[in-house]
Amino acid sequence: MRVRVAVAAVAVAVLASAVTACSGQTPAAAAPGAITATSALAKGSGRLVVWADPNRTRALRPFADKFGTEHGVTVEVKEISDNNQQTFITASQQGSGPDVMIGAHDWIGNLVQNGDIDPVHLTAEQKASFSEIALKAVTFDGQVYGVPYTVENIALIRNTKLAPNAPASIEELVKTGRKLKDDGKVKEILCLPVTQFGDAVHIYPIFASGGGALFGTTASGDPGPKQVLVDSKGSVAAFGKLRDLGEKGDGALKTSLTNENSISTFAAGRCAFLVSGPWAMTDVKKSGLSYDITAVPGFEGGKPATPFVGVHAFYVASKGKNKALAQEFVTNYVTNPDVATALYEADPRPPALTAVLDTVKATDPDAAKFMDAGRKGLPMPAIPEMSAIWMTFGIAESTVIKGGDPAKAAASVQKAIDNLLKN
Amino acid sequence: MSRIAVLGVVSAILLYAGPPLIATGAWVALAVLGVVTGVIGYLYLSRRFIPAKYLVPGTIFLLVFQVFPIVYTMTTAFTNFGDGHRGDKQAAIAAIESDSVRQVPGSPDYGLTPALKGGKLVFLLTDTKIKQVQVGTADGLTPLPGAKIGISGKVAQAPGYTILTTPQAAERGPEISALSVPAPNGTIKANGLSRAFEGRAQKTYDAACDCVTDAETGRRWVADGSRGFFVDPSGRHLIQGWQVDVGFANFARVLTDPAISGYFLGVFAWNMVFALASVATSFVLGLGVALTLHHPRMRGTRIYRVALILPYAMPAFAMLLVWRDMFNRDFGLINHMLGLNLDWLGEPTTARFAVILVNLWLGFPYMFLVATGALQAIPRELTEAAGIDGASMVCTFRKVTLPLLLVALSPLLICSFAFNFNNFNAIQLTTQGGPFPADSPQVGATDLLITYTFRLAFGTGSAQFGFAAAISVFIFAFVALVSAITFRQTHRQEEVHA
Repeated sequence: MRVRVAVAAVAVAVLASAVTACSGQTPAAAAPGAITATSALAKGSGRLVVWADPNRTRALRPFADKFGTEHGVTVEVKEISDNNQQTFITASQQGSGPDVMIGAHDWIGNLVQNGDIDPVHLTAEQKASFSEIALKAVTFDGQVYGVPYTVENIALIRNTKLAPNAPASIEELVKTGRKLKDDGKVKEILCLPVTQFGDAVHIYPIFASGGGALFGTTASGDPGPKQVLVDSKGSVAAFGKLRDLGEKGDGALKTSLTNENSISTFAAGRCAFLVSGPWAMTDVKKSGLSYDITAVPGFEGGKPATPFVGVHAFYVASKGKNKALAQEFVTNYVTNPDVATALYEADPRPPALTAVLDTVKATDPDAAKFMDAGRKGLPMPAIPEMSAIWMTFGIAESTVIKGGDPAKAAASVQKAIDNLLKN
Repeated sequence: MSRIAVLGVVSAILLYAGPPLIATGAWVALAVLGVVTGVIGYLYLSRRFIPAKYLVPGTIFLLVFQVFPIVYTMTTAFTNFGDGHRGDKQAAIAAIESDSVRQVPGSPDYGLTPALKGGKLVFLLTDTKIKQVQVGTADGLTPLPGAKIGISGKVAQAPGYTILTTPQAAERGPEISALSVPAPNGTIKANGLSRAFEGRAQKTYDAACDCVTDAETGRRWVADGSRGFFVDPSGRHLIQGWQVDVGFANFARVLTDPAISGYFLGVFAWNMVFALASVATSFVLGLGVALTLHHPRMRGTRIYRVALILPYAMPAFAMLLVWRDMFNRDFGLINHMLGLNLDWLGEPTTARFAVILVNLWLGFPYMFLVATGALQAIPRELTEAAGIDGASMVCTFRKVTLPLLLVALSPLLICSFAFNFNNFNAIQLTTQGGPFPADSPQVGATDLLITYTFRLAFGTGSAQFGFAAAISVFIFAFVALVSAITFRQTHRQEEVHA
C-alpha cells in the first residue's frame, strides 16, 4: 500500500510540473514549475538576479555583492553555461528570467523582436565615456539597448621570431609564410580557422578587404536586412580572392584548420601567423613564444580589412521582477570606472570605457593592441537577420576555399539567405 | 496512517504548484491539477477501485510523457511560434511602445530621490544643471522650496517628506518603476534608483484602427492578424510580432518550398541508408564478436568483454568530437596513420563512409551485448544436435542460431533503426551535415532529416518552433510507418519460428 501511494505522489508531482510548464506558451522542454514558484515569491523583495556566462560570473560576483550591500538587497549572480541567448529568451517568456542579463551585443535584434530587453537611458556624459564603436554596437534602431562592458575583435598575432616584421598586406603575409614553410620552419602559412563550414568572424576582414559586404546600410546607420550583398559584384570578387588564397591556390586558407587546432598549432610554433581574438592569448602566453599583435592586413590596393567588433553588454530584462534595481545596477553602477577597472582586473578583456582602457593600456599592451587592430572594425550586425548569414555565408566561404566557383557559390548563398529571410 | 501522510504530500504538491498557475492565470491547468489530485485522493483513500489504483499512475505517466508532447508538437505546428512571435499581441504592443521611448530633446537629466509623503511614494527630482528640486507625483510636478541637496547630488532633507534610504527604495523597486510623472512634453520615469529622465513614446498603439502610429514621422503600421505583425503600406513590418495560428502554412511550406521539398527525398534516401547501414554493420560486427566469444574454446572472454564494452561506456558526445578531429585531413590521426591525404569530411562519399564508420564503432558494443545475452538463451543442445545431424557450422548458424536470435533481437533492431533514423548527435557533432555543395548551402551530404530540420528551423540563433514542429510531425509519420511495417514483418517471422 505504501509503495502504491508513493507512486501516486510522484505521478501528481510530475503532472503538476508538466501542467505548470505548459501554462505559459513555453516549449515542453522548458524548466518546470519550481523556478516559476520561487520567482513569484521573490516579487518585490529587493532581490536582483543577474545571469552571466561562467567566466564573467566569477569576475562579477564580488561586485554584485558590493552593490547588494550598498543597496541593502541580495544580488544573485547565476551562471548560465549553455546556449545563453535562447535560455534567456525561454526563461523570460515563462517569467523565470533574470533582472539583468549579460551577453553579446549581436543578440540585441533577436532580444528586441521578442520583447525581452528594455532600452537603457544613459546621460550624454555617460554616453561620451564609452568608446565610439562600443556605443555604436549596442545601438539598435536608434536606441541604446545595453551598457557595453568589453570590446573584442580579432587581430593578427605574429610569432616575432619567425616573422619579425608585421606584414603590410595579405600578399606579403603569404609570401613570408610560404618562405618559412618552404624552409621547413613552419607547417602552415597562416593559422586561420576555416573549418568545413566556414567561419564568418575570422574570414570577414579579408573578405571585406577583397571588396565583399554582407548588408547595405539603412537610413539610421544599421545594417539593412532588405539589402543582402553576399552576391554583389564586390562580394563575388572577394570570394574569388579567397579562392586564390585557398586550397587550390596559395594554400594559406585550409578547411582543415579549425577553432580547435589553429591556436594550438600557432602556440606550438608551427605557423608564424594566427588570426584570432583575445581569447587566444592565454594559450599564446603559456607557450612562451615572442609575439606581437597587429591588425589583420588587407589586400594590396584593396579596401580596408575591417574585423567584426563584438561587444559584451549588460541588459535590463523587460520581464524582470525588479526593474528599478536592474536599471540602477546597469546604468549607474557598472558604468562607474572603478567598477569597470576592477572587473577588468578580475577578467582581463579590453574594457569599453575609454578612461579605463587608457589606464589598462599602461599595464597591458595586448589589450591596447587589440583595440588598435579593431579601430576600423565593424560592429557585428545585431539585426535578427544576421542569423541567416552565419551558416550560409560560412558554407560559401569553405566552398570557394576548397576551390569552388565563386560566382556560383555567392549566387546560391544569396538565394538561400533570401529564402531564409522570406520566412 | 502512512497513506494519509503520503496523500498529504500529494496535496502539498498541489499547493506548491498552485500559486504559479494562479499567478500566470492558467485556470485550465489549475483545474486539471485540482481534479487529478482529487481523483487520486479519492481512489487511494477508498478501499475499492483496486484495478484503478494500478492503472491511474501509468495513465498519468502516459499522458504526461507521451500524449502531451505529441499533442503539444501538433498544436505548435499550426502556429508561427518562434523568435519574433513568442508572446501575445498585448506583449508585442507593450514592447513596441516601451522600446520607442526616447528622452525628450532638451529635457534635463534628473537626480532622483525617492521619498514618502503620507505613506505615498513620490519622486524628489533634482535638475542636475540648475540644482532645483521638484516633487513629482502621478499628478505632475511642483517646485519644492527648502529642500537641501547633499554632496552626492541626492536630496538630503525636505520638509514634510520622508526620504527613503537606498535599501528602503530598493524594497519598493517595482513601485518606483511603475510611477510616471506627467511633464510638459512627456512623462518622467525613474531610471534606476538615483536618476530619472523625461521620455516620450514615439510609437503608440491605437485600438480604434488596430494600428501603431509614429508620432514623429506619422507612419502607420496596421495589425496583420494572419502574420502576427504590424505592417506598413509598403509591406514592411515592425520587428516585434506575436503568435498567431497559421493553419497548414508550415506543412505547406515543407511540401511546396523548393528549398525544402526539392531536397527532402534525397535527404530521406540517405537517412534510410544511414540508419540501415548503422544497424546492419553494427549488428553484424556485434554478432560476429559475440559468436567468437561464445565459442566454447575461447579463453579470456571476460577481458575481451570489458574491452569491448569500453567504447559503449564512454560518453558518445566526447567520442564523436574525437572522431571528428581524427578525420581532419591535415591534423587528424587517420590520415597520419594511413599516410593518406584524404579530405574525409570534405567529400560527400568519404564523409558518408566516415559517419557510418563512427556510428559502427559507437554502436557495435550494444549489439555485442544484446547478442551475447540472446546467444546464452539458446540452448547449446540445439546446435549440438544439428552438429550431430551433420550440419556444417555455417549451416547450423543460418538454420538454427540466427532465426532464434532474430526472434529475440528483431524488436531491438527496429528500435535501433528508429534511434539511428533520428541520430542527431552522430551527424551534428561530426560533420554537422556537411560537406555542403556550393549550389545548396542548406543541405549537406550527410544530413539526416533531423539535422536538416534543425538547421532549417533554428539556423544558428533564430528559432522557428512552429515550422520545426511541422517537420517533426512528418518525421514522426515516417518513423511510425517504417516501424509499423517492420513490426508486422517480425510478427509474421515470430509466427513461423516460435
